[in-house]
Amino acid sequence: MTQLLLFNVTNGLIIGAFYVLMALGLSLILNLSNVINFAHGGFLVIGGYIAYTITPYIGFWGALLLAPPLTAIIGLIVERVLIRPLYGRDPLYSLLLTFGLAFMIEDGTRFIWGPQGKPVTIPPFLAQPLSNDLFFITGYRLFMVAVVMIAVALLFVLLRYTRLGVRIRAGTLDLETVAALGINVQMLRSLNFAVGIFLAGLSGVLAAGQLGLEPTMGTGLLMPSFIAIIVGGIGSLPGTLAGGLLIGVASGLTAVFLPAASEAVIYVLMAVVLLLRPRGLFGEEGMMT
Amino acid sequence: MNSAQTRKLITLTAIWAVLLFAPFWMLPLGGYTALATRVLVLGLAAMSLNFLLGFTGVLSFGHAAYFGLGAYGAGLTLKFLAPSTPLALVLGMLLGGVCGALLGALIVRRRGVYFAMVTIAFGQVFYYIAFQWSSLTGGDDGLRGFSRQPIDFGLFQIDILSNANNFYYFVLFCFALMVGVMGYILRSPFGRTMIAIRENERRSRFLGIPVERHIWIAFTLSCFFMGFAGALYALVNNFADPRGLHYSQSGDFVMMAVMGGMRSFWGPLLGAAVFVVLQDYLSSVTVNWMSFVGLLFVLVVLFFPRGLLGFIQRSKA
Repeated sequence: MTQLLLFNVTNGLIIGAFYVLMALGLSLILNLSNVINFAHGGFLVIGGYIAYTITPYIGFWGALLLAPPLTAIIGLIVERVLIRPLYGRDPLYSLLLTFGLAFMIEDGTRFIWGPQGKPVTIPPFLAQPLSNDLFFITGYRLFMVAVVMIAVALLFVLLRYTRLGVRIRAGTLDLETVAALGINVQMLRSLNFAVGIFLAGLSGVLAAGQLGLEPTMGTGLLMPSFIAIIVGGIGSLPGTLAGGLLIGVASGLTAVFLPAASEAVIYVLMAVVLLLRPRGLFGEEGMMT
Repeated sequence: MNSAQTRKLITLTAIWAVLLFAPFWMLPLGGYTALATRVLVLGLAAMSLNFLLGFTGVLSFGHAAYFGLGAYGAGLTLKFLAPSTPLALVLGMLLGGVCGALLGALIVRRRGVYFAMVTIAFGQVFYYIAFQWSSLTGGDDGLRGFSRQPIDFGLFQIDILSNANNFYYFVLFCFALMVGVMGYILRSPFGRTMIAIRENERRSRFLGIPVERHIWIAFTLSCFFMGFAGALYALVNNFADPRGLHYSQSGDFVMMAVMGGMRSFWGPLLGAAVFVVLQDYLSSVTVNWMSFVGLLFVLVVLFFPRGLLGFIQRSKA
């Protein structure tokens, strides 16, 4: 029983780590640009397939280093060409556009790489379980969690200590004033978008090594990421972090006792949080509207 | 009667004439009556959504949930309760509307993208219920084993099951009823207040209008209409599908409204017609129809954000 419990909690934490990466990227873009990026899952898939394509040439480590920035560059182009004309218009339009884009990416990857799942080979020493008792903790899973932790830590360092990060945080609170102080807001939004897509690409590479690749995998991760943001409190990045881990563990734990409800539980959790704390766990007054 | 009123009268006559004679002019053009019925039902859904989206200015991206609830309400009524088409429609509408009212109360204080996000997430709750509760809803396979029943007037019956034209006119009658109510509400003081909130929420608040309550009522009404459209849709297919509650269906509805023209009353119907016919055509000629629908979304947003009617009106002006 303890082993089963531990197994599912670990699973939950790992899934939660993916939610966190996805949700942090979504949250960054949402907070600064007021854009709900429906195509975020699509960028995750792109990151994964790029890794799949370049792994035979430069190996897993090369792909891990190279695929996220390549995805971010694609994101930059998309932002520049498709999303930039929509800033300042009703948020409905960017929502619809990214919604259509998600369709195109899903169908496009299916067209290019085929509908079957694709495996990404990971280095053999990472595929070993740590011990016989804890057969479910493979080196790769620990490695994934470590990478996610480093990425999140770097993101928070970037936001707190660099000039770019300070500007992003200021822009989240009051973009007009930031623009009035002579900062190039277009550039700021582009870079911020790229950072968000970088995180999506990174989760794509990591997910590819664990689950294999399918064109639809991004869509499945999108909704839990939304909920992570809502539970944590819209506008708060630490909230998003906590929300992602919370719903991951909650669905992992539910899988032990009531497997059928393991997906539904995150929605229940959201409803309860919104009833008790309408602004989400870490949401602050004035951030929501 | 001044010229504006005359023009309006002519437009209305034209719209209703087109709808009334649809079974006759569609066949020579390569359409079929069932397609016209689907356009009508999805058009009603898009207009119901636009009641909130275009006239109150509140962005709900989870409206398919109430559409789907209406469908399940109608289907479950026919399957388990009573073989009565009107009862199925009423109960379907109630299920969609009441769920909308409850959730609306929870989320009415949000605005803009945040409102959209919360409506998406809560819409998915109903999707999961329909998907997981297999014993009642049939789960992934959808709800089957019911069919629409003849309308019984005591003295005579109207067969809407096997006669496609009869069913079309039945749906048209329901459509006219709902659209009439919708138009009446929009012209009432309440409807004017909704538009005032859309135009300037802060000012409406300063004028003493209870904005939250109005938005909640508008949301609820729109969910009732949506539930009714969903119930009709269950009758069209004799089938209720969990994917009808999914947020991608909501996206289609929003697209219909935007493509037709959000600021006009009839725009969403036009958008629905174009969308349904295009999707019907694309899915018959290519397996990659998803890409083309996605491309349509992108192109409409970038080049026709005011929709077909908005585009026509502007180029006329």
